Amino acid sequence: MPHLEEKHPLAIRWFHWISFPLLSLMIWSGLLIYWANDIYRVGWGDTTLVHFFPDWFYMRLNMPQRLAEGMALHFFFMWLFVANGVLYVLYLAFSGEWRKILPERRSLRDAVQVTLCDLHLRKEAPPQGLYNGAQRIAYTGVIVMAIGSVVTGLAIYKPAQLYWLAGLLGGYEMARWEHFWLMMGFVGFFVIHIAQVIRAGWDNFRSMVAGYSLVKEREVPLESRK
Amino acid sequence: MGVAAAGGYGAWTWLRSRPAEAGVEWPLRGVLRGNQKVAEAYFSDGHRSPEFSLSQVSANARKNGDVGLGEDFDPKDWTLNVQDSANAEPHQVTLAQIRELPRVEQITQLNCIEGWTIIVRWAGARFSDFTAKYAPQSRDARYVAMQTPDQAYFVGLDMASALHPQTLLCYEMNGADLNGDHGAPLRLVIPVKYGVKNIKRIGKITYTNDRPEDYWANEGYDWYAGL
Repeated sequence: MPHLEEKHPLAIRWFHWISFPLLSLMIWSGLLIYWANDIYRVGWGDTTLVHFFPDWFYMRLNMPQRLAEGMALHFFFMWLFVANGVLYVLYLAFSGEWRKILPERRSLRDAVQVTLCDLHLRKEAPPQGLYNGAQRIAYTGVIVMAIGSVVTGLAIYKPAQLYWLAGLLGGYEMARWEHFWLMMGFVGFFVIHIAQVIRAGWDNFRSMVAGYSLVKEREVPLESRK
Repeated sequence: MGVAAAGGYGAWTWLRSRPAEAGVEWPLRGVLRGNQKVAEAYFSDGHRSPEFSLSQVSANARKNGDVGLGEDFDPKDWTLNVQDSANAEPHQVTLAQIRELPRVEQITQLNCIEGWTIIVRWAGARFSDFTAKYAPQSRDARYVAMQTPDQAYFVGLDMASALHPQTLLCYEMNGADLNGDHGAPLRLVIPVKYGVKNIKRIGKITYTNDRPEDYWANEGYDWYAGL
């Protein structure tokens, strides 16, 4: 008989579903700000391969001329973003949940194999517990990126009062560039994460909402929790 | 989880439908004010905007914003009106009197609120020196208001930022007298604020205990605009 098995504790699910809209709001309001001086690109010299962002992108998302609104929103939601992030990290630390997402010695090798498997370049994925190596690296990586976003964000928010922080990051202009690329990293994470969730199917998605996963008797059960 | 999602959506709808206070929903305006309190608690004269070397000065000193810089103005007829916090009648200070104050040169970054920066070599008198000499009884006022002669552009400043050692009443830029585009004969240089507070062509300075109006804060921007 298939049965339900707990997969994600309630706290993890709350943090997940609070982080998602908060991070989305920070990215969106950040783009409203970035629009006013959209200087970053991929290219060299006078050659630009991609400009961030093309006009159609801003028009499509109704972004032009909303700098003041973007700043007010960004400096409102930053508090919730930081509070949620701090609570999440504290929860991970004290609940022991960190053991499930912190990369292990073999995570990098596993991640390469998982990726090759996902790209159909390899037949078998390495054995895993709740999360595979690629997931461990990604889920720890976004925490590190979030910390980076807060630090670079503070440096461009108060480059005079926090002159030492902006200085450590290479100055205001560098810190703004770093803040932008961290945001792009989050967008990349979103794209891959959502694609993988779609690929993994309904039961996996539901488990992040309801907490339970449907496990068939014949299957190896999920790694036993302590 | 469904209830939580509905709650989140409801909170968002509520937030975005609040009446605006100076161009932005009042809860957002309230948090901007709260952020100001946090920034003011950390603010110190010892925290200084970075200074640069001569070789780092931007080749092109971008001109941005000309509100208050109408044609109908002759710098030769200019005097600065100064309104103390207590006295009813403003008094006048000439450019020559401001030039008598210790001349301070600094190469600092001007941070536009749009996100770009330029590095400029400024020279002028410290606003704190100016206040000590020409408005000593106003040092304890809470705010300073500055406006262009035509009153079209105006900024409000908290006193701590105005008295910061890098805040200058500036009459020289990149080694030459200030030109009309950049606010001749006298402009404010305040590196602890966004560019919008660096008002050009100052006509009147008012020391006050009432929070002054600010041109861009009326358009939805943060009143404090501190860096």
